[in-house]
Amino acid sequence: MKSTTESFGKNARDALADRRLQRSLPVIHEFRRDHERATGALPGYAELKRIGRQIREHSLANVATLLTEFEQTAEAAGARVHWAADAEEARRHVLDICAARDARRVVKAKSMVTEEVGLRAALQEAGYRVWETDIGEYVLQLADEPPGHVVAPALHKGLDEIDELFATAHGTASEGGRSAEQLVEEGSGVLREQHAAADVGITGANFLVAETGSVVLLTNEGNADLATSLPRCHIVVATLEKVVRGLEDASLLWRLLSRAAGQEVTTFTSVLTGPGERGESGGPEAMHIVLVDNGRSDLLGGEFHDALRCVRCGACMDHCPIYESIGGQAYGWVYPGPIGAVVTPGLTNLEESADLPQASTLCGVCEEVCPVDIPLPSMLQKWRRRAVEELPQPARSTWALALWRYFASRPKLYRLATSVVARLLYLLSFGRGTLRRLPLLSGWTASRDLPAPEGQTFQRAWRRRG
Amino acid sequence: MSGQTDRVIPGVALFATCLVDLFRPSVGFAAARLLERAGFTVHVPPQACCGQPAFNSGDEERARDVARAFVDTFSRYEYVVTPSGSCASMIRFDMPRLFDGASGPAALRALEVAEKTWELTAFLVESGGAEIIDAENRATVTYHDGCSGLRKLSIREQPRELLRAVRGLTLVEYEGAAQCCGFGGTFCVKFPELSTEMCHKRCAQIAESAADELIGGEMGCLMNLSGAMARQGQPIGARHVAEVLAGMTDTPALGRGKGSV
Repeated sequence: MKSTTESFGKNARDALADRRLQRSLPVIHEFRRDHERATGALPGYAELKRIGRQIREHSLANVATLLTEFEQTAEAAGARVHWAADAEEARRHVLDICAARDARRVVKAKSMVTEEVGLRAALQEAGYRVWETDIGEYVLQLADEPPGHVVAPALHKGLDEIDELFATAHGTASEGGRSAEQLVEEGSGVLREQHAAADVGITGANFLVAETGSVVLLTNEGNADLATSLPRCHIVVATLEKVVRGLEDASLLWRLLSRAAGQEVTTFTSVLTGPGERGESGGPEAMHIVLVDNGRSDLLGGEFHDALRCVRCGACMDHCPIYESIGGQAYGWVYPGPIGAVVTPGLTNLEESADLPQASTLCGVCEEVCPVDIPLPSMLQKWRRRAVEELPQPARSTWALALWRYFASRPKLYRLATSVVARLLYLLSFGRGTLRRLPLLSGWTASRDLPAPEGQTFQRAWRRRG
Repeated sequence: MSGQTDRVIPGVALFATCLVDLFRPSVGFAAARLLERAGFTVHVPPQACCGQPAFNSGDEERARDVARAFVDTFSRYEYVVTPSGSCASMIRFDMPRLFDGASGPAALRALEVAEKTWELTAFLVESGGAEIIDAENRATVTYHDGCSGLRKLSIREQPRELLRAVRGLTLVEYEGAAQCCGFGGTFCVKFPELSTEMCHKRCAQIAESAADELIGGEMGCLMNLSGAMARQGQPIGARHVAEVLAGMTDTPALGRGKGSV
């Protein structure tokens, strides 16, 4: 997927000025309440978290073994497994499978990795008709936008916008003002027809189960179940770290992920093992599983290894005050919020996404709500350290830090220098107690007064009073 | 043990923090008064900064230089107390890590300093409790939790417990108390629009509360919130919790008039 992370600063300012977006974003307050309620209602949640984290750690520590086992069990169940080192290879596999089946129409359930590898655009370019079948993703397909959230991709879209998009796309005569139920009904009706007509259904995976070769899918709309059963071919696109040992591990993570995302359990939970068998009433003839690396194996074992524990519940972004202010699309790539700010530099490159780890107050709420304890703030710190080591830094901040270091590492000199600064700023304030404008601090004074120093520093005043 | 021959100086070394030192000396005096009431001799050695500006910018080399000076200064004292949760957690958790892989006295002393460093309200509750509070204040106040103090040091109840011992004071909670104010150190000037947006959300929530004064334990948050409220023309002033606890509220609220020193 094309990235606009390089212009994060501008994206963020545009998002702050976007009144429609700002009207929609407060919906995440409901997600926060759901998270608090769902996690608070389960007495053993802390224990569930602890075990969930262990399961994820085990997966990452044994990823090669588990994937090899998964390949064997999945193929034994009748699926075909394909390995993709990067986005290009992942797209190639899917295009080849579709071409071999002489497919025309493709339905897609929500999947972050297919966004990551730009699958829909590649299929459309190759002449396939592609339909996103998650209602939120469908809205975004009509609006030609990337998702803004890992669980609720279109949370930033208001009903009025969706009404307009549907009216245009479906040729319905709407005067606006339709309810969510009415819109969902109309959208689902359209999508149901597409499911029935599709040659290929594409989904992601929440977990890949090594012992059984199963793919676990968690959804709330049931569209993934249609996409995996009505078309004659089902293609799963999943990233390496999704693999877990057995069904028990998967079911435990299912509960943890659901709670963290604000539910008791997801509405639909499917465990798919191989294609439909002869004599079964449903299920596809063929099942293909594309395992995508796309940079993850480089993160394994390194400073950002723990970020691969992520189960994509969305809690970090729901609680993040930055995300709350600008939504997900401003982050510029696939994964928004704190987890996005950590994985984007790792999966793309730091140079273009260097703003993301900087755009945080390190308030720590993301780590607090993460169901698998990913130390997101300290990972953002690590990226900042790498940026200092690897990238040219703006002259002004280098100069400021050098000056600061010179004085701050010499306490007596610092004491003297700051008492001069305190005096100067005090004089500049003309005794009003506040500074409304300061040349080097315009970022502050544009919206905030700065309290003026009171004439003496604490250290000087303390010494004087003896 | 430091391995040095000089003995440990009994009492508390007060690390005022660079923001208190430069912008609000009264917080330093208030903290000193509270520590003395709790029975400690208070020392104020020549001091600068804990290194956060560089550390949070990813510049660990410069942060280490400043941290080394900090450790040199403060390792001699029995306790180090600071009226800031974010500086305290920098000293406790991050400063030793700056010396990871470096053996020798600096690394050891960084660990030593980390172990004896306390945030002011936590230290007061731990060492003396609310009995040392002898102050009266008729204001209705609300408390803003600084993120680092709250999430890294679990400082939530301590300042509230102490504030409840102030005669006549009414403490009300506001909805955004535990949410970030958007200060974030250099963040507030690197991303001023984002910072302002977060800050304005908190200001609106504070205005909705019944409080006529904002109290906090973190100068950065207080400067941010009170600076924005002043610009918006909101009448709610802000003070550091140490001033209220020490009964030193005769100076104007932060940024609201001429100081007294």
